[in-house]
Amino acid sequence: MNQTNTVEEIVSQPYKYGFITDIETEKIPKGLNEDVIKLISKKKKEPEFLLKFRLRAYEQWLRMKEPDWSGLNYSKVDYQNLVYYAAPKQDIKKKSLDEVDPKLLETFDKLGIPLSEQKRLSNVAVDAVFDSVSIATTYKEKLAEHGVIFCSISEAINEYPDLIEKYMGTVVPINDNFFAALNSAVFSDGSFVFIPKGIECPMELSSYFRINSGDTGQFERTLIIAEESSSVSYLEGCTAPMFDTNTLHAAVVELVALDNASIKYSTVQNWYAGNEKGIGGIYNFVTKRGECRGKKSKISWSQVETGSAITWKYPSCILQGDNSIGEFYSIALTNNFQKADTGTKMIHIGKNTKSKIVSKGISAGKSKNSYRGLVSISPSAEGSRNYSQCDSMLIGDNASANTYPYIQSKQPQSNIEHEASTCRISEDQLFYLQSRGIDFEESVSMLISGFCSDVFNELPMEFASEADKLLALKLEGSVG
Amino acid sequence: MNLSTPETILSIQDLHASVEDQQILYGVNLLIKEGEIHAIMGRNGSGKSTLSKVIAGHPAYKVLSGSINFKGTNILELAPEERARVGIFLGFQYPVEIPGVSNLEFLRVATNSRRKELLKNELDTFEFEDLVKERLKIVEMDPAFLERSVNEGFSGGEKKRNEILQMALLEPVISILDETDSGLDIDALRIVASGINKLSHPNSATILITHYQRLLNEITPDFVHIMADGKIIKTGNKELAIDLEKSGYDFIDKNTKDKELAK
Repeated sequence: MNQTNTVEEIVSQPYKYGFITDIETEKIPKGLNEDVIKLISKKKKEPEFLLKFRLRAYEQWLRMKEPDWSGLNYSKVDYQNLVYYAAPKQDIKKKSLDEVDPKLLETFDKLGIPLSEQKRLSNVAVDAVFDSVSIATTYKEKLAEHGVIFCSISEAINEYPDLIEKYMGTVVPINDNFFAALNSAVFSDGSFVFIPKGIECPMELSSYFRINSGDTGQFERTLIIAEESSSVSYLEGCTAPMFDTNTLHAAVVELVALDNASIKYSTVQNWYAGNEKGIGGIYNFVTKRGECRGKKSKISWSQVETGSAITWKYPSCILQGDNSIGEFYSIALTNNFQKADTGTKMIHIGKNTKSKIVSKGISAGKSKNSYRGLVSISPSAEGSRNYSQCDSMLIGDNASANTYPYIQSKQPQSNIEHEASTCRISEDQLFYLQSRGIDFEESVSMLISGFCSDVFNELPMEFASEADKLLALKLEGSVG
Repeated sequence: MNLSTPETILSIQDLHASVEDQQILYGVNLLIKEGEIHAIMGRNGSGKSTLSKVIAGHPAYKVLSGSINFKGTNILELAPEERARVGIFLGFQYPVEIPGVSNLEFLRVATNSRRKELLKNELDTFEFEDLVKERLKIVEMDPAFLERSVNEGFSGGEKKRNEILQMALLEPVISILDETDSGLDIDALRIVASGINKLSHPNSATILITHYQRLLNEITPDFVHIMADGKIIKTGNKELAIDLEKSGYDFIDKNTKDKELAK
């Protein structure tokens, strides 16, 4: 028995979310120029300041060059050959779910995200985004009773323009990088969360992103603001149909935590990864950053990345406030020809700031999985601490795992620890489980699950089992 | 049931096996019937552990020739998990640590896979907790060990007790306990030995692989086999182990030399 091959077969299960919803879509013509941006802004009935924001970003973008420092090889995107706005034909957002096209509801049902009153998750509010628009947000009224705002970013732009103007682009500036600039110019939809002072958000918030059109770029934009002494836990999930072309997903996520506020942001990313020959799949080029603006604030990122042909993202924390805390927990599973270059940046500015990084990479097939992270301690960050742990697991002989930890400390009174390890699935561990009657497949799942448990423990309860299932799905076989 | 003719549980004939292209077993023969306790002794490297791994189906060990029948069925083609499910249990000399996998959940999944084979209902988390708490008493183990990762950070003695706990849950037909006594202090040895005694059953059998008489003071074997160079070279009753303890393995060497000379 060739054990390696069998393990590889297990990690090569077909993608279950590859279906296309047959729905009439309104698309604007391909290509990008000022008029397209004006058209998007007009379609979304945006205020003047936002159009200006977009045009400024576009101007910056034109002067920027697509980065190539990551060493990721991919066929470059033809930005004039993309559609920048696609929406199911039901232009205006419906007041009630009964008015949403049943085909769309059915789509989300199939994805395991039921939206209708009877079936929806009991303690999770969901914002469902289909191509460029948000089609429904559940539990809005209930949340509003607590003063919590949870809606699509388009809606927020119209209804809470002051908040948007005050915060958008303050964590990720429009010229931050090539993809962030592009996103700032053309972003379509995404979620907006505002937790007022002193409020602990009464339920989990969640956004679910679905790409349906093949030639459409998805540029989602998420903004979460937690005022003083408030807290929120938010989760995003993503899937897409199987196309043999590469679709671009360039999102920007900004988080702002004021004094004593806490934001937990979790991602379960399962975009289509391309086929076993490496054809097709999503380019997931994302800028995610949180700012612990206030004292004793906390931002915690956790991510389970299993999809996309290429993942290129570094959810980061700017630890501005004294005694603030940043955390990053990541599982990245790559197979076939997938490439993941992911990690985090922890920028310590305030005194006694703390950060913790736990990254688990699992690479199978011919995939490449890299952890790339920066821990930077500024002269002002007296008494700061960082702990990083990066573990990689290799499956088979053709996968690769790399760790690039960058550490810059300009403050002698700081403490930085870094641990890294690389392992394979151990034959003895496998045999131990099997010799207790547990079949091979389930044993592999258990071991991988065990390898990732530090990160699973950080996911919100409701989603830890979902994420485990997602890994198991890629690994086919139930995980206990 | 007719007690006068106990059924054969395990029959090993002329077994040759290798690991990493190095032959270790050179023709092992062994017959084990219901209700019997067999001890296998021998020097390090004589092939005792290899024999146990081959019976359990470790993929790194290759059977070159010979046969292993379990209750009349050839098991050489069975995967390790299939052997476990029909009732073959290997208690490891060095149980591996599996970080991140909950001991409780591992025990539950394992127990259910065996129960399924026995056509018993599978146990949910609550039912299983009741069962495991009862079985814990056999090895006098603290329930706190259930909450930890499989064997992670367990002391030598705790790992061995965890092995016997698994044996208690899986209710095997044949248990092969590979140096379960090694690294145990006197108290732990007594607990483990009494656990094994409590679990022995007229329809099951046990193979104890050991270096020391002290385990056999606690568990009385019906047969003692001595292995050398990949073969069982001598079989006797419990007295053989006592002789061995007195005179060491040299006494075997002398015996075999005498035999050769007699030829």
